[in-house]
Amino acid sequence: MSLVASSAAAWTAPVIDYHALAPEIVLAVGLSVVLLVDLFTAERNKWLLSVLTGFTLLGATLPVLTLAIHDDSVRSLFDGRYVVDEFSLVMKGLFLLAGYVIVLLSSAHVEEGDYWRGEYWFLLLTSLLGMVMMSSSRDLVSVFVALEFLSIPAYMLAAWRKRDLRSNEAGVKYFLLGVFASAVMLYGMSLLYGVANSTLLVDIGESINLDGDFAAVQALAVVFVVVGFAFKVSAVPFHTWAPDTYEGAPTPVTAFLSVASKAAGFIALVVVLLTAFPAGRDVWQPFVWVLSALTMTIGNVFALRQTNLVRMIAYSSVSQGGFVLMPLAVAGGAAGDAALRAVVVYLVVYAATNLGMFGVILAVSRKTRSGDIASLGGLFSYAPALGVLLTIFLASLAGIPPLGGWIGKFAAFQALLTDATPWAYVLAVIGAVNSVIAFGYYGNVMREVWMRPVPHGDNTPIVTPSSLQIALGITAVATLVLGILPGVVLHFGDIANLVGAFGG
Amino acid sequence: MQMIRDNNWVLSVGTFLPIVGVLLLLVTPKANDAAIKAVALLTSIATVLVGVFTLVNFDFDQAGLMQFVAQTDWIPVVKSTYFIGVDGISLPLYLLSMVVTLLVVIYSLDHIPSPGNPKAFFILMLILQMGMAGTFIAQDLILFFVFFELVLLPMYFMIGVWGGEQRQYASLKFFLYTMFGSALMLVAFLAIFFKTGAESFAIPYLVENGGGIAKNVQVWIFAGMFIGFAVKVPMFPFHTWLPDAHTQAPTQGSVILAAILLKLGTYGFVRIAIPTLPDAAIEWAPWIGGLAVVGIMYGAFGCLAQTDMKRLIAFSSVAHMGFVMLGISTLTSFGVNAAVFGMVAHGLITGMLFFIAGSVKERYHTLEIAKLGGMLTQVPRLGWILGLCSMASLGLPGLAGFWGEFPAILSAYNPADGLNVSVYRTYMVIAALGTVFAAAYLLWLYQRTAFGTPKGHDHHDVHDVTTYEWVAWLPLLVAIVAFGVVPNLLFGVIDPAVQQTLRAFGG
Repeated sequence: MSLVASSAAAWTAPVIDYHALAPEIVLAVGLSVVLLVDLFTAERNKWLLSVLTGFTLLGATLPVLTLAIHDDSVRSLFDGRYVVDEFSLVMKGLFLLAGYVIVLLSSAHVEEGDYWRGEYWFLLLTSLLGMVMMSSSRDLVSVFVALEFLSIPAYMLAAWRKRDLRSNEAGVKYFLLGVFASAVMLYGMSLLYGVANSTLLVDIGESINLDGDFAAVQALAVVFVVVGFAFKVSAVPFHTWAPDTYEGAPTPVTAFLSVASKAAGFIALVVVLLTAFPAGRDVWQPFVWVLSALTMTIGNVFALRQTNLVRMIAYSSVSQGGFVLMPLAVAGGAAGDAALRAVVVYLVVYAATNLGMFGVILAVSRKTRSGDIASLGGLFSYAPALGVLLTIFLASLAGIPPLGGWIGKFAAFQALLTDATPWAYVLAVIGAVNSVIAFGYYGNVMREVWMRPVPHGDNTPIVTPSSLQIALGITAVATLVLGILPGVVLHFGDIANLVGAFGG
Repeated sequence: MQMIRDNNWVLSVGTFLPIVGVLLLLVTPKANDAAIKAVALLTSIATVLVGVFTLVNFDFDQAGLMQFVAQTDWIPVVKSTYFIGVDGISLPLYLLSMVVTLLVVIYSLDHIPSPGNPKAFFILMLILQMGMAGTFIAQDLILFFVFFELVLLPMYFMIGVWGGEQRQYASLKFFLYTMFGSALMLVAFLAIFFKTGAESFAIPYLVENGGGIAKNVQVWIFAGMFIGFAVKVPMFPFHTWLPDAHTQAPTQGSVILAAILLKLGTYGFVRIAIPTLPDAAIEWAPWIGGLAVVGIMYGAFGCLAQTDMKRLIAFSSVAHMGFVMLGISTLTSFGVNAAVFGMVAHGLITGMLFFIAGSVKERYHTLEIAKLGGMLTQVPRLGWILGLCSMASLGLPGLAGFWGEFPAILSAYNPADGLNVSVYRTYMVIAALGTVFAAAYLLWLYQRTAFGTPKGHDHHDVHDVTTYEWVAWLPLLVAIVAFGVVPNLLFGVIDPAVQQTLRAFGG
């Protein structure tokens, strides 16, 4: 009793930097407002919710901007457990803007679908809040909380079409494997805590050296944590949930999962690997090397065989994940900075491109009501603008200059080859070959769009809602600008600003 | 390295002007055929005028130096710069790309291939032009890579949408082959970047420092570049995309492919692979020479076996690019001079032959050699032009083809120091035999198509050369004769640049 009392007396409230937390606060207030407004609005006024969600996201972007402009120093909260640095600001900006584009992609879909709208926007905002928190988390507990925060609403969103069996299957699969991954990761984390006697990533980084009596336990812990994240980012062989979940979930949710949720998993992985396990490189680098090679190759090979568009994108997104992992296979020392930059650049470019592609798919499926690749036949002949946009996004995913994707791939290759080991070159060649294989299926879709006849000769034009048009405009401009003037985005990832961040 | 930076806006304007045309075309209504054609034509005329300005202001006394050099930041984080310039090797190819595009546009005014849609067709052509011109002026590996890749998609669509029966297969094959090559090429570019101290992607910098890389490493880096460029050339055994792509492409696509795109590969060897990795070049040269002569013979036999006129011309490209690569593989200034001349000559001649093939197809609705005949009696002018181009292609002295072929063979007699002389003399003999076969297949082609009496029944489409065709073809024909009679017009520009490029090999 006295022990409790004395520790309570010693406790002082931490000084909270409200400016640094402003994005999170705006989001938290916004999602509460959305929930409340949903309760008290009539069915015909529910469109208000999407507007509110959009404004919340843009509102949360403002403090991110002011923080970025304000000064360059790192704001460290709660003894370094929550850090606002340039890296986290870039990622927060990415999540919020990606979230905004997803709102634009969703609104027509949600309005027309006779769904539970209020919940949709609420869950979306909650998950985004988790992602924004993830960008700043530098502690096992905050990483884990953020991860669950972003995952649990995502499970529900995947199963959001209640009456649709596929959607249920999507949600359940995602949930079961996600929970399993969390359990594995949590076990690894508990081992880490046991070894390091701290949950702060920086402290763990000092304790994990694969040396001494606990070397085996340390190695096991590292592997468990990496495996847990491998599930989240759907790296092969932990990817099996992705195609079913992507196909079954409502398309805007799939866009959300494949872009934002995946990016959050990657940044968590990067932060943990580079901050907590810098000395454990000998364990995780070969592991990541194999994961990366497998992920690129298997994802591609399966994508080649798909006839359903969304399944193809699911496998392609698995394969793209392999490219994000690629630079991590050598990360460490000088290459660590380059690897971090490569991951950030890749995620930014990939987000713009993939969201754009989902935008086109949503627009086209309004007419075709089909998920088959063949349903895109002759798109260019009756909807040239959508056809060209889809081509731009596909070419960007394939990494063809001067569209955004190439700079992502280029940065990944460059980071990989910074440490000029033979293994790095082998992985680079595997990556190069895979980027060619990938064109097999991206090119297949282009062929449908440009060279095949329209199915059933149905030439009725496609009506694209204005929200979708805006989303397509944003993503197309981003894809082009990132490709032609990549300095813009590479500047974000300028590594000098990130090293300090990891120090905490 | 010394450079001339006067008028440094010229190259950027010349290269990016087509973008203006593309933007104008985008806002032109699809139905307004005349406006679309006018915009495309005016854009390519304007581009050529900028090209003429470049030519006039080029300092021919210093053709060995980079001129009109512009250099600014582009992607500072990866140390890549927007760095462009032309020397005597780049200039002819750069101008060729502009002129050929203009001629193709003129030809297209009257010949939009099925399924129509001139708007998209011209947009793709202008983007293609930008990529080609950019590749020849880029002095930074990453910039080079971007331009090099920029041509892929437009050509893919040009073949895939406006091509023949097997267009989808041919376009995908073209794309995958080229992309495979360029992916490995990019890895090689990164490798040379890191091995020279991760300082710069600028080609002049790499030329100065690449020689310092250990020889066994150079050999590997060269391997990556070799695959990238050899696919594009294309060299045996990477050539299999070429006959399909050429045969299936619309006439315009074939002309651009033959006249310019193939040169991106050979240019890459001359500009990048050989000067930056001199030790590896010596190691690789005999193999390149060997593949080149295999290509010469293979192309020749391939031609003899063809029944389709367009496919025959495509195989003849494999043989001709073999001569170019043989010249390059000698690593002597004599050989490389011949090679660069050969690139231009092949561009003019084979481009012209594909134009003719397109017009023959339009008139006779077939390119089966067996179904053709008697062109000289029925369409005498077209027949004579085919005759002239066949003679030029087989290397008749007095026409441009000769100066690419004959010196290339001759250069193999005396390759650069460090190369095995007897191997190269063997190559020389084989290549010389190749010219005999070239004469055989071209004369045989000419005999079967132009001589004799016309075959078939339906001839109401058959008419002689039209005005559009004359306008599009005359410049090429004049150039074929002019460069054949006065080869120094070209050698004079190329030679100083080649000397400069081959410094590492002692000339």
